Amino acid sequence: MSSNKSMRPILLTGHERPLTQVKYNREGDLIFSVAKDQHVCVWYSSNGERLGTYDGHKGTVWSVDVSLETEFVVTASADFSGILWNAENGKILYTWNFNSPAKRCELSPDNKFLFFLTDQAMGQVGTVKIFQLNTSDLSKQSDEPVLEILNKGDASIKPTVAAWSYGGKYIITGHADGSITKYDATTGEELNRVKAFKETVTDIQTSSDKTYFVASSKDQTSRLYDIDTFELLKEYLSDAPVNSACITPVKDFVLLGGGQDAKNVTTTAGGEGRFDCKIFHKIFEDQIGRIKGHFGPINCLSTHPDGHSFVSGGEDGFMRLHHLPKSYLDFQYEVEKTAEALQHQNNENPDALKVDA
Amino acid sequence: MTEVAEFDVNSVDLSSLDFSDLESKYNVKEENSLIDRCVLCDGAPIAPESKAPVLKKVLNKLFSQCGKIEDIYLPIEDGKTKGYLIIRYSNSIEASKAVNSLNGKKLDIKHRLLVNKLNDIEEFVLSGKISNEFEEPLFPKFKEIGYLNSWLIDNNVRDQFLINYDQSVGINWFRKNLENEPVIPFRNQWTSTYMKWSPKGKYLFSMFPQGVQSWGGSNFDRIHKYLHPGVRLIDISPNEKFLVTLSPEPIMNKLDLKPELRNDYPFKDEDIGKKLIIWDISIGLPVKTFALPPNLENTNRMPWPLIKWSYDDKYCARQGPDAIGIYETEKDFQLLDKKLVKIDGIVDFEFAPSGIKLANSKKDDPLDIILSYWTPESENQSAKVSVMNIPSKTILRTIPLVQVKDIKLNWNESGKYLCCNVTRHTKSKKSFFSNLQIFKLTEKDLPVDKIELTDLILNFKWEPKSNKFITISKIDKGEINNQSNIATSSSINTITIFDIEEVKVSNNSSLKKWVPLTNFSDSLNDIIWSPNGRFVILTSLNENLSKLKFYDVEFDGEKSKEQNKKVSSNLKLLKTNEFAGLTDIQWESSGRFVTAISSFWKTKINNGYTIYDCVGHILKEEHINSFKEFLWRPRPIKLLTNNDKKRVRKNLKEYAAQFEESDTMDTNAALRELILQRKKLLNDWKSYRSKTIEKLDKFIIKRKEIELEKVKTIKEVIIEENEEVIE
Repeated sequence: MSSNKSMRPILLTGHERPLTQVKYNREGDLIFSVAKDQHVCVWYSSNGERLGTYDGHKGTVWSVDVSLETEFVVTASADFSGILWNAENGKILYTWNFNSPAKRCELSPDNKFLFFLTDQAMGQVGTVKIFQLNTSDLSKQSDEPVLEILNKGDASIKPTVAAWSYGGKYIITGHADGSITKYDATTGEELNRVKAFKETVTDIQTSSDKTYFVASSKDQTSRLYDIDTFELLKEYLSDAPVNSACITPVKDFVLLGGGQDAKNVTTTAGGEGRFDCKIFHKIFEDQIGRIKGHFGPINCLSTHPDGHSFVSGGEDGFMRLHHLPKSYLDFQYEVEKTAEALQHQNNENPDALKVDA
Repeated sequence: MTEVAEFDVNSVDLSSLDFSDLESKYNVKEENSLIDRCVLCDGAPIAPESKAPVLKKVLNKLFSQCGKIEDIYLPIEDGKTKGYLIIRYSNSIEASKAVNSLNGKKLDIKHRLLVNKLNDIEEFVLSGKISNEFEEPLFPKFKEIGYLNSWLIDNNVRDQFLINYDQSVGINWFRKNLENEPVIPFRNQWTSTYMKWSPKGKYLFSMFPQGVQSWGGSNFDRIHKYLHPGVRLIDISPNEKFLVTLSPEPIMNKLDLKPELRNDYPFKDEDIGKKLIIWDISIGLPVKTFALPPNLENTNRMPWPLIKWSYDDKYCARQGPDAIGIYETEKDFQLLDKKLVKIDGIVDFEFAPSGIKLANSKKDDPLDIILSYWTPESENQSAKVSVMNIPSKTILRTIPLVQVKDIKLNWNESGKYLCCNVTRHTKSKKSFFSNLQIFKLTEKDLPVDKIELTDLILNFKWEPKSNKFITISKIDKGEINNQSNIATSSSINTITIFDIEEVKVSNNSSLKKWVPLTNFSDSLNDIIWSPNGRFVILTSLNENLSKLKFYDVEFDGEKSKEQNKKVSSNLKLLKTNEFAGLTDIQWESSGRFVTAISSFWKTKINNGYTIYDCVGHILKEEHINSFKEFLWRPRPIKLLTNNDKKRVRKNLKEYAAQFEESDTMDTNAALRELILQRKKLLNDWKSYRSKTIEKLDKFIIKRKEIELEKVKTIKEVIIEENEEVIE
């Protein structure tokens, strides 16, 4: 473990183009990253050393996911394909071919299904394609999706991102017009649809139990929704487009990453692109800290399952791995301290007189 | 000037005027009228006419006790006396006396005399004012005072304090960094002089010319009045059961009072003329009265308290010439074993402030009550200090002392140690020096440690909740002859801190002895320990500008070189403050805060008070004209066990977080809003999460059931297939 005393990020240099997605495996010892440079990289999360790459895609890799036991990796690419990789040796187990770029892929929580989100381009309809995984022989997969959820409109409302809910019950999609939708993952029925943002949804990441999620948008905000009720829980206001947001385990924080679009940077006064990662308090909605470092917008964020570190991938082609200092982990609002102390005391001595504040 | 009208008295018709209101108003009954001098005695034996003269003689003898009898009328009818008689005294006072002393008197087993004034019979019975039907007396309605310890359950665990100034008394909550928050509105004329809390804070007493009143509950309602005209001094027993009052005015005879005061007069005939009263605080009635010992009748300097109490309020004692009287409070204040304890020449005595576990007592024995006293040197005898066990009155240990001028008995709060501060004179009797004799009561045979000094000790104080002590002393070169001017401020004194050093004598026993931790020179005279120990203020009261030096005796840091390495204490001067016109210092009972006071009663400069925290930072300053007194409300003994305390100490940060939050909320209204809002958000989030988790758990369980269901159906199908094969 590197020193936690000072927050010195580890710079992960391996990709040559902007990062598109980063993800930890369940144990958090490995980081999987994809970028516009066609490579899939895997890194040790403790020291940032690169373990290897998965080569085979012929275009931008938009999305990556890894199985619970880190047996296999699935990627979605702009080369109209999705690939199932053997995580250990990087061999291609299976390739799905589509008629448009695959923008997003994710394994269901039980790893029995996976979806690919194909782009509304080349005359195709933006679709979430759910496949059943043949787990007994990974190299023999079905080309036929068990369910297809088609976009019911033009490209202006096409789905951009998607995620599984708890138990694989629903699929949540974010759209180009800023709306978010919940579909039943077995019937494909549209259950909820909310116009959450003014601009396109850039990322959706769920909480560790997948009962609520944070969605981020180009409109400089990020919002927390409950999956069952689709109720807006919290809202976090940033000062730049948000490209990615994630919920930290252990601490009640939300990380927001983004920045001025690369193409607009030169037009911004003072050259300030606001490429920092912002830490918000999940419950109180206050920004409590920010971490600078990238010199391009942050495209993707992911936190370690134990909440002690996180990784950001930037438009600049770098990944920055942050091990959080103790002061960050110890930070508590007075009310949180008090609540914790009260709970502690009540647990220790349940008969004690309850002081009602 | 208006012209005076001509007025002819004769022209007014007096008969037409109604004087009845004036008549009733100025209707003065003639004293010593015939009827006033007569009493009616009923319940006398009914005797045959022949025995009537004998009866008359007997009754005459009985009634003549109360005064001179002018006549006895004993009516006789049908050859028998009628059982009642009328006695005429020479004046009405004698008649009243007869009613007071003989009413209810038993003549013999069968006959009980009922004596009333004839006048009263006339007024109440014959006039028909009083009906013959029994009317239940009206019981005064029970007055709800509320929970007397209510202040202890304050949510923020704040302290209360009382300030007495000008004509008003106020009781406030102490809030750090903030204006005082009144507990109740200021009250004018609440006391004629001073106020006093009971030792554990349950009651507040206020003084009036007619007596003392007790107050309590969350609104400080009046609980009782303790009628004692002219009361000057009061004292309260350690467990707040009894109140002692002293007045220079003797208790009056009920008959000498105005009639309207007689009804609720709580004193009996045997109380008349006494000056010292013990009251039961909870019922508000006197339980025992004492006359002043003759030697104190005309003294200017009244020693106080005159009544001393055992730690558990079970016994109280007072000193008389050559004796002490020990009274059992649970047996109607009877003298213990019905007699005084004779001690020739006794000068002073003191109860141990706690129950003591003596070395020879068994495990389940109750704690012992110990009393100590001393007697001076006489021609053939040395001076002696003795400790006595109560109620057995066995002397546990006596030590003889010579060349003694004075002895002060200083009990350690735990009762484990008794330090006798012995002032001795040199053989020439020109100068004085001190010895300390420390009894160790919990050890076998009560060993006594002796510390010999060349200095004269001016001041001695045990540390509360500990066994350290501080002395202030100086070398006497013969200029100190009079006790009263010992403490002259200009003199340089030596201040010494003593602590216990354990010296190993054998493998399993060690000897405890007191050794100086350190000493230094300073002009200070007064030692004021925090009630919880550890912190002490050294100062000089009643000077124009006093220094307050805050010391920590268990400083958590490097120990300076000049201090004794063999003992664990570590003395450190934390802060020096100055205060003009200092007359008193009052520690808050938990030892968190301390107040320096300048009282109008003793000085005219800088009247007011300043509150410091225990390390000497000023928290609050207030200057008030005619400021009289400042009193922290005492708290009862902590009920926490040592384990509880340890746990609190361990989690101190968590507690601190809570209190800091409430402090911030108090100081800033905007912050308060924010904190409350955050609290709500946090609680909302928590309830949202617990609901979601519950839902998720249900979902998972249902999922599993469905899976199981599927497995079952698959099995069933297979079995059916098997059956087909068999067919």
